[in-house]
Amino acid sequence: MDRKVWMGLLARAPAEVLDGLWRGLGLVPAYRWLRAPEVGGVMVQGRAGGTGAPFNLGEMTVTRCALALEGGAVGHAYVQGRDKRQAEQAALVDALMQGPEAGRVRAAVLEPLAAEMEARAGLRAAKAAATKVEFFTLVRGDD
Amino acid sequence: MDDAVMTDAVMTGGFSDPSIQSAWGFRAAMMAMARPGDILAVSGAQAPGGGSVAASVLLLVLCDPETPVWLARSHDSADLRRWIAFHTGAPVVATRGEAVFALGAWDSLVPLDGYRIGTAEYPDRSATLIVEMGALQGAGAVLTGPGIADRARLTLPEVAAFRANRALFPLGLDFFFTSGDRLAALPRSTVVADPAEVV
Repeated sequence: MDRKVWMGLLARAPAEVLDGLWRGLGLVPAYRWLRAPEVGGVMVQGRAGGTGAPFNLGEMTVTRCALALEGGAVGHAYVQGRDKRQAEQAALVDALMQGPEAGRVRAAVLEPLAAEMEARAGLRAAKAAATKVEFFTLVRGDD
Repeated sequence: MDDAVMTDAVMTGGFSDPSIQSAWGFRAAMMAMARPGDILAVSGAQAPGGGSVAASVLLLVLCDPETPVWLARSHDSADLRRWIAFHTGAPVVATRGEAVFALGAWDSLVPLDGYRIGTAEYPDRSATLIVEMGALQGAGAVLTGPGIADRARLTLPEVAAFRANRALFPLGLDFFFTSGDRLAALPRSTVVADPAEVV
């Protein structure tokens, strides 16, 4: 799991799930703010079919922050929604992942989070799959 | 170690209370532009690489991802580029012709003919120069024009360049002058005269 992966995971994670996992970790690192949590909007771009020209899909609310642990590791967070505590926890996870606690954080927060989100995505996909309609083209009579 | 150095130089030096401090900073910038020659004090920001407090505040309140910044040789440094990227998101461009804001000492900002001066349809599409000065005082060149009751005086690095800029009106460049925590401004509408010529 590289940094891009866990940043994306933390950005999309539901706030209450991250909060539960963070509390379960039981770490209370000392840190100082480099950028206190602030709420703003970003334009989300999409590409038709994943490869087409980019177009503006719409705006979404994000909260971002940056902090430094006492050891000097810098954690950044951009999370969806306006939950400042989630941004703080996400930045702490990012900062801790660069230090000696990385293994513990990975096992206690990131891996369960990834599993949880995969399960949610799977549930949603299953619900959608149940509504799938198969269309068949019958052989046309005129030859 | 690298991280710690980067943190101190690049990620600090921004506003500690952004909404209040940027409003104060912007107010000062606006008042300075509205009353050319007035010298105002600002505080709250410090960019790495030798930039003044006033220039740092101006960068924070004026720059955003849509305003390309050009750094003149006197102020260009990797730390300052990263500081601008972290705190404002503004792109740092390679040539003065692309810039909306430029920062540097007068000697490395001149000549002025490479900057954007706007077009007849859009005179606002022009550059604003932040000129770092050794000192800033209400003496020297004589200023008259909009926003000045009678006449004002300001220590400008020279007179000829600002006269030529005034002649382009309504096109042209606007200037901020910074020294320590103090700033003053010279919009394109101000007429600049050499003190020796003024009776």
